[in-house]
Amino acid sequence: MKIILTINNVKREVEISPSEFLLDVLRRLDYMSVKKGCDTGTCGVCTVLMDGKPVLSCSVLAASADGHEITTIEGLENDPEFKAISNALLEEGADQCGFCSPGLILNVYAMKKELKNPSEEDMKKYLVGNLCRCTGYVPQMRAIKKYFEVKA
Amino acid sequence: MKEVKRPIKKVDGYGLVSGKPVYTDDLAPKNSLVVKILRSPHAFARIKNIDVSKAEALEGVECVLTYKDVPKNRFTRAGQGYPEPSPYDKYILDEYVRYVGDEVAVVAARDEITAEKALKLLDVDYEVLEPVLDFEKSKGSKSIIHPEDDYQSEVFVSSDPKNNIAATYEMSIGDVEGEIEKSDVVIKERFYTQAQAHVMMEPHAAYSYIDMQGRLVIVSSTQVPFHVRRILARALDLPIKKIRVIKPRVGGGFGGKQAIHGEPYVALVTLKTGKPAKVYYTRKEVFESTYTRHPMRFDVTIGADKNGKINVIDVRGLSDTGAYGEHALTTFMVAGSKVLPMYNKVKAVRFGGDVVYTNHAPAGAYRGYGAIQANFAIESAMDMLAYKLNMDPVKLREINMIREKETSPIFKIMGEGREGVDMIVRSCKLDECVEKGAKKIDWENKFKTKKEGKKVKGVGMAIAMQGSGIAKIDMGAATLKLNEDGSFNLLIGATDIGTGSDTILSQIAAEVLNVPTESIIPYSSDTDVTPFDVGAYASSTTYVSGNAVRIAAEKMKEEIIKAGAEYFEVSENEVEFDGKEIKAGERKITLKKLAEVLYYNENQKQLSTTGSYVGEESPPPFMAGYAEVEVDTETGKVDLLNYVAVVDCGTPINPNLAKVQVEGGLAQGIGMAMYEEVKYDKNGRLLTNNLMNYKIPSRVDIKKLNVELVDSYEPTGPFGAKSVGEIGIDTPPAAIANAIYNAVGVRIKDLPITPEKVLRALKEKK
Amino acid sequence: MRLSSRKIDLAIDLQDAGLNYVKIESDELKIGGATTLGEIERNEIIKAAFNGELIKTLQAIWSVQLRNIATIGGTIFPRLGFSDLITVLLALNTDVVLYNNGRMPLEVFLEEKIRKDILVELAIKKENRKLSFQYMRNSFYDFSILNTAVSVDENKDFRIAIGARPAVASLAKKAMNYLKENDNIEEAAKIAAEEMTFGSNIKGSKEYREMIAPVLVRRGLEEVLR
Ligand SMILES: Cc1cc2nc3c(=O)[nH]c(=O)nc-3n(C[C@H](O)[C@H](O)[C@H](O)COP(=O)(O)OP(=O)(O)OC[C@H]3O[C@@H](n4cnc5c(N)ncnc54)[C@H](O)[C@@H]3O)c2cc1C
Ligand code: FES
Ligand code: FES
Repeated sequence: MKIILTINNVKREVEISPSEFLLDVLRRLDYMSVKKGCDTGTCGVCTVLMDGKPVLSCSVLAASADGHEITTIEGLENDPEFKAISNALLEEGADQCGFCSPGLILNVYAMKKELKNPSEEDMKKYLVGNLCRCTGYVPQMRAIKKYFEVKA
Repeated sequence: MKEVKRPIKKVDGYGLVSGKPVYTDDLAPKNSLVVKILRSPHAFARIKNIDVSKAEALEGVECVLTYKDVPKNRFTRAGQGYPEPSPYDKYILDEYVRYVGDEVAVVAARDEITAEKALKLLDVDYEVLEPVLDFEKSKGSKSIIHPEDDYQSEVFVSSDPKNNIAATYEMSIGDVEGEIEKSDVVIKERFYTQAQAHVMMEPHAAYSYIDMQGRLVIVSSTQVPFHVRRILARALDLPIKKIRVIKPRVGGGFGGKQAIHGEPYVALVTLKTGKPAKVYYTRKEVFESTYTRHPMRFDVTIGADKNGKINVIDVRGLSDTGAYGEHALTTFMVAGSKVLPMYNKVKAVRFGGDVVYTNHAPAGAYRGYGAIQANFAIESAMDMLAYKLNMDPVKLREINMIREKETSPIFKIMGEGREGVDMIVRSCKLDECVEKGAKKIDWENKFKTKKEGKKVKGVGMAIAMQGSGIAKIDMGAATLKLNEDGSFNLLIGATDIGTGSDTILSQIAAEVLNVPTESIIPYSSDTDVTPFDVGAYASSTTYVSGNAVRIAAEKMKEEIIKAGAEYFEVSENEVEFDGKEIKAGERKITLKKLAEVLYYNENQKQLSTTGSYVGEESPPPFMAGYAEVEVDTETGKVDLLNYVAVVDCGTPINPNLAKVQVEGGLAQGIGMAMYEEVKYDKNGRLLTNNLMNYKIPSRVDIKKLNVELVDSYEPTGPFGAKSVGEIGIDTPPAAIANAIYNAVGVRIKDLPITPEKVLRALKEKK
Repeated sequence: MRLSSRKIDLAIDLQDAGLNYVKIESDELKIGGATTLGEIERNEIIKAAFNGELIKTLQAIWSVQLRNIATIGGTIFPRLGFSDLITVLLALNTDVVLYNNGRMPLEVFLEEKIRKDILVELAIKKENRKLSFQYMRNSFYDFSILNTAVSVDENKDFRIAIGARPAVASLAKKAMNYLKENDNIEEAAKIAAEEMTFGSNIKGSKEYREMIAPVLVRRGLEEVLR
């Protein structure tokens, strides 16, 4: 079947099979920042924004994304918020293997828009679905707190 | 120091955070055949027959392989030195399947859906055999897991497959029984550690193709590209020169990629079809069919006099290597060799036991590598000893622990797989780590406060050591190449798997050459292009590969001076190089200009140097870990309020990256202590085969990690550095168990420490 | 939503059927069957409802990214044992409205073996109930080993639900009745735990659930009476 996806502000008509998940479609279309880590909606490396809200692309049927706007990291490269978040992570050395980074950054991006003056605990709960096995989270949280402070 | 000890950003950081296509699966050719593996539903069985005809007939299927189609060469998947300390007990595909998830057959098709369909069309007839699922009953069991007559292992491994023994080890110093007898206080306890899964975020992935010279190229998410090449050559019956292994960016490894996994399957498909082929493990496959940490059991006996001086430590271990003997001997030896030397003042010490096969998923390398298992047992037992002596556990450590300029006879006796090397611990700030950590957690007060109420707080501690590479075995090499603009390519076999080694190795080269790190362009790793390096394991990269880089850079400096001397037509000792300019008296030329001259104008030549390094010693990093917990006495729930880690890793080449290594290690150690456990059902089927049932710590669970690196300098390390990759993981299990005891007086001796275990123990105590 | 790597061949999309809303109507909080948990937790009415405890429950369910795609219909209809939300809704006066089977109390729906139907709407009675949700998890990011919800109105009418036993939540009716005449919380919690059946699964054993059930119920009662 054919669906219309607006990916990073570009409208595309995409041929999909009804059982395909958004993650596989995006990777097929070369949005390689969207990673596959678990198949069960748990790790968060497949996070994308759908109409501005973070979702797990591994758990969204491509068919149900028809007509929606999808944002991946590729679409944020020139966004000042992306630059600020990613720079904060890099400065802390909180990007180890980096496999979790794009998903995390997208969720931080969404969190910034949604939460006003969040406490560290609020932030952790918002980001809990972004697993990271390398950093122990602490350096990521240092970076994210700095990003929020500077921007506040 | 200008470039070293500087927290610069990772050289590959921007590419990673901006989601560039840099991991294996991102790079696989679009026309790759998709490889899927049929896996055994039985814990132990013999394949009587496989009917592949229906699968082969399916439109889009290009190749189906069974045990009848593979070379009959036994090999080990473990990526280690050579000759290998792991038994040669595996075929690429075998007539026997030895655990649920073992490889039965391989299908390659033009897309994933077709490959999966084809798997379902394979008809396999199994003769189900009686599995061995309890490692404590494996030795001498009627079921023999490796009955094959072409089983082989090196002599020093002492395997005995007829008794299900993959490896055995025994060592003893002094009169153990006599010293126990003479001791005023004796602790004798049994401890268990569980199987833990690595859960690197990027699953195992590989693809392969044939290059223009007809050679096999494998691109793999691996920690050990050179070992992959050697192992594949043996398994596939190919000369090493016919294989090239490339490692792109890797999404974490932690030991789980210190082996070959999907590589032989894509390789075989490519060899059979001539087409590119790729494999990307599902998370279920990562859990079921790769590796876990070796579960171990320890019987620990410690004897001390009434003043707290420890006379003797006796440790009997039993380790479960699962269906294949990968890393069986070496993880077991490390359990002794990377814990016992911390108590170097004993009069007698003994360590030994068996590593047995079972029909569970194979165990393999995992950060901590035996040391974390034994650390839990011994550091818990030390705590028990302290309480029995009525002595502060910190004081007990202070009386007995190793100090700078001291040694332990164990260094010489126990290596990895083989004998070790004699060494004096040239840098050891363990005393400072213990002292600082105690202050930071406010030990004096918190240890002694009265414990009452429904939620009770407590503190506990443990000390740890690791190594820095495997002395006299593991070699790393690096090549530097001067470019015409004065920049340098740094070619390293050392394998950056997210650790940041490309960055810190560049910093080391830059420091020697006195150039900014931005002038160094690191590339790792490609067996055709980069010099040999054993890979990312055994905490070797900073120390071993770092020294190789240092040597290469020193040679490069000499070459530059030599070229300058020729240019100015003076003798070398009249020439100076400060990183920017080459000077001879009044005359000077910039490096950039000289490089240009060397490329195009006079005395043309390529300046290129290679350094190799193999450690004469393996200087241990040390640390002290302090945990503060709060125990809910009505539910058994434990909250880890704070974890203080004070670490001696020598000079931190990049303080940020070193600290993050420790923080990441701590979180994994906390996971092992409190959350993670690989569980099977009674038929050997894995229950924890997804991230919903196998819980790694989440962001909310990790409350406060307080890491400090103490000032320390290892004279044999590059700019004083030792390793930092593994040490962080070792202390949490014991420190947390000890803190729980301090809080509520219950002692959990088997990991993980779940609320259920704590509550049961509390009820029993009442 | 994927609870396994099983491929899905058929999906009905309710998103476009106008079942996406949260509103107050004749003293009831009404939630359309296709509303996502994310939309619900961002709703101002929900934020204010039941001393903020409903929102606390929602925010303890897995992850933001999951809640943005999980619908209330998909969460309630399958009657999954580990569900936190069902336990909480049961401790409130909640009715489900089904397309074929019509309207019925949640507790009736949980007992009926209705398979093929569509959850059109959820109607929660908007009363002045104080609510407390308690759960036991080892990792925060996990399913509950056991969850309990307790609520009470001005007339001291208690509702107590226990879920993830690991079977789906049910009401502790004996304990609820007991509290009509008595005010011994400790005893009520014990009765609640005793009238339930518990089992074992990968998250915890039957015995452990039995041990902590009275504790969580008691804590809930303490909280709503504070
Ligand atoms: C990884 C993971 C973790 C989770 N953790 C938690 C947790 O901690 N606590 C908790 O309470 N829950 C948890 N859940 C459950 C989660 O809330 C539900 O799985 C989710 O809400 C399903 O919603 P959906 O809209 O995606 O449903 P779908 O997947 O679309 O549907 C699920 C089922 O419900 C049916 N269905 C959907 N809508 C309706 C309707 N309107 N009427 C009738 N039937 C319908 C579908 O046909 C299908 O059979 C978790 C789920 C996952 C995948
Ligand atoms: S791939 Fe893990 S949550 Fe989507
Ligand atoms: S950096 Fe590796 S998983 Fe987060």
